[in-house]
Amino acid sequence: MIYFLRKIVFFILTLWAAATLNFIIPRIQGGDPAQAIVQRIVGSNQTVDPRQVEAIRLMLGVPDDPLPQQYVDYMGAILRGEFGISYSYMPYTVTHMIGEALPWTLVLVGITQILSFIIGTLVGTWAAWRRNGAFDSVITTASSFFGTLPFFWIAMMIVYLFAFELAWFPDGGGYSGEVTAGWNWDFIRSAAYHSILPAFCLMVVGPIGWIMGMRNTMVQTLGEDYTRLARAKGLTDRRIALTYGARNAILPNVTGFAISLGGLVGGTIFIEQIFDYPGMGQLMFDALGNRDYPLMQAIFLFITVGVLTANFLADMLYGVIDPRVRRGGES
Amino acid sequence: MSLQEGQIIGEESLQPDLRSAQEEEMDRTSRIPIPGWLRIVWQNRKARFGLVLLGVFVFAAIFAPWLAPYDPRDNDFLPFQTPNSDHWLGTTQAGQDIFSQLIWGARASIIVGILAGALATVIGLVIGLVAGYVGGFVDETLSFFINLALVVPTLPLMVVLAAYSPVRGLTTVIIVIGITGWAWGARVKRAQMITLKERDYITASIFAGDSMPRIVFREIMPNMTSLVVAGYIGAATAAIGAEAGLAFLGVGDPLTISWGTMLQWANNSGALLTGQWAWIVPPGLCLALLITALTFINFGVDAISNPHLREE
Repeated sequence: MIYFLRKIVFFILTLWAAATLNFIIPRIQGGDPAQAIVQRIVGSNQTVDPRQVEAIRLMLGVPDDPLPQQYVDYMGAILRGEFGISYSYMPYTVTHMIGEALPWTLVLVGITQILSFIIGTLVGTWAAWRRNGAFDSVITTASSFFGTLPFFWIAMMIVYLFAFELAWFPDGGGYSGEVTAGWNWDFIRSAAYHSILPAFCLMVVGPIGWIMGMRNTMVQTLGEDYTRLARAKGLTDRRIALTYGARNAILPNVTGFAISLGGLVGGTIFIEQIFDYPGMGQLMFDALGNRDYPLMQAIFLFITVGVLTANFLADMLYGVIDPRVRRGGES
Repeated sequence: MSLQEGQIIGEESLQPDLRSAQEEEMDRTSRIPIPGWLRIVWQNRKARFGLVLLGVFVFAAIFAPWLAPYDPRDNDFLPFQTPNSDHWLGTTQAGQDIFSQLIWGARASIIVGILAGALATVIGLVIGLVAGYVGGFVDETLSFFINLALVVPTLPLMVVLAAYSPVRGLTTVIIVIGITGWAWGARVKRAQMITLKERDYITASIFAGDSMPRIVFREIMPNMTSLVVAGYIGAATAAIGAEAGLAFLGVGDPLTISWGTMLQWANNSGALLTGQWAWIVPPGLCLALLITALTFINFGVDAISNPHLREE
């Protein structure tokens, strides 16, 4: 019970810390969004009229309250789910823009994360069981090779090969221009078709962490005394591999689930850039280019909260499947 | 001073594997005095390969102005050239020599690796050592920040930090990478500190009345040198990857020539479409080779503290 309480407290504290971080970053680094917007409108070489800046500032409702007051207002707004109006997509709200982009990323990341976990764990199990065999050598070498290649570079190569050279898949976008977005069969088929290549790119590097993690822990569990006992009892190989080796080795991988999610989200940002995919990463870069601070902050908060929540759920699950953690109280 | 030296020697004698008799024999016979740790790293075949490879990149980075055939910013050439005898890797959309940029790109990566890796290591070391040594409430608080920094997605955080920064320079990139990349090192060092602080020589040091910074940084830290070095190389490796990623996304330093900015320009100018392979493949391969070199060196560094990993 103490384990779960600790994790819940940690989760709430991390959420608060992430929100506070999101509040602090723009304020310590300076940079006036109103100034930036006027600068963009008049061109980078022109001088900016202070009255224009003042007008923009009024229009955006840039606060000039003292910082503690701003902080209280900010926290209140977040709790009510109000993120203001996007500078660059006026009159749309930030929430509306995120609502448009979120499903794309959620589906892409969700599917690739789960597939990576399953494939990686299976491959890692097999590699550990047939340790130092041909399969193990090939997988270990390939994993370290692909692990060192820059991820976005792999994605560029894949785009070149499958989208341009072979033209099997579209080179970008979330769906074809000929279909209307919504819950119709044509759209879903088109969206699925467009997401194959981005998902494939994520899948090239996605399972690597799982494979290596699973393989290394399982090599350890196979060397434990209880595995030796299982052999001595004359249990089948299958039972030793799955129930004794893999089942105990999978536990650390569950904790890794959440940490790897952060990495996968990072990968998605690259993928969405390269594929012009209409998700959160792409939106983040539009916001960045347009100096759309409310949108950028909200996206950062959404991504962070998403990863933190996944982490929290993984911790909870870990407590359920591994009684040692629950009883120990200390993780 | 003499007391402290005595303790460290005493600690080493607790781990007889650290310097085997054979190695000490080799120390005595060799004419050039090579430090024992370097010998151990060098004896590992992978680490040797890594050191040589790293040496090539460091050489290129230092002597870039003499090695590069042209000024990497000189845009007087015909743009979009494919490889030819004048321009071994062709030219960019702005008519710059790609091969010269490739050589200069080693500089950005190595500088970022050295400095951002050092920043991340120092932050992680201080936080990890203090948390592990002091314990109690301080540990709880610092551990919270370590765990927080571990779970917050790094890339979006780096992008936001870089985006809000009033200046876009290589310094910004280094600071952003350094302050986002320390958590893993802090966690490892905290764990190591917790096991080391129970040793007898630390108890002796406490009874001798040594101050806490002295015990932490002079008594304990020397005993985790290989851990710190391995952590530093790991942090530098991650920093090199992060710099390339940030540059590729266009939030790096636009004025620095790095492999990341090269790939960004190649991607933006449709080098894939025109089949300018020589523009895209070399920067990616150089990044991969540099990262491989550092990873391989770390195999050798691991062998310093773990004699089982040494190769005969």
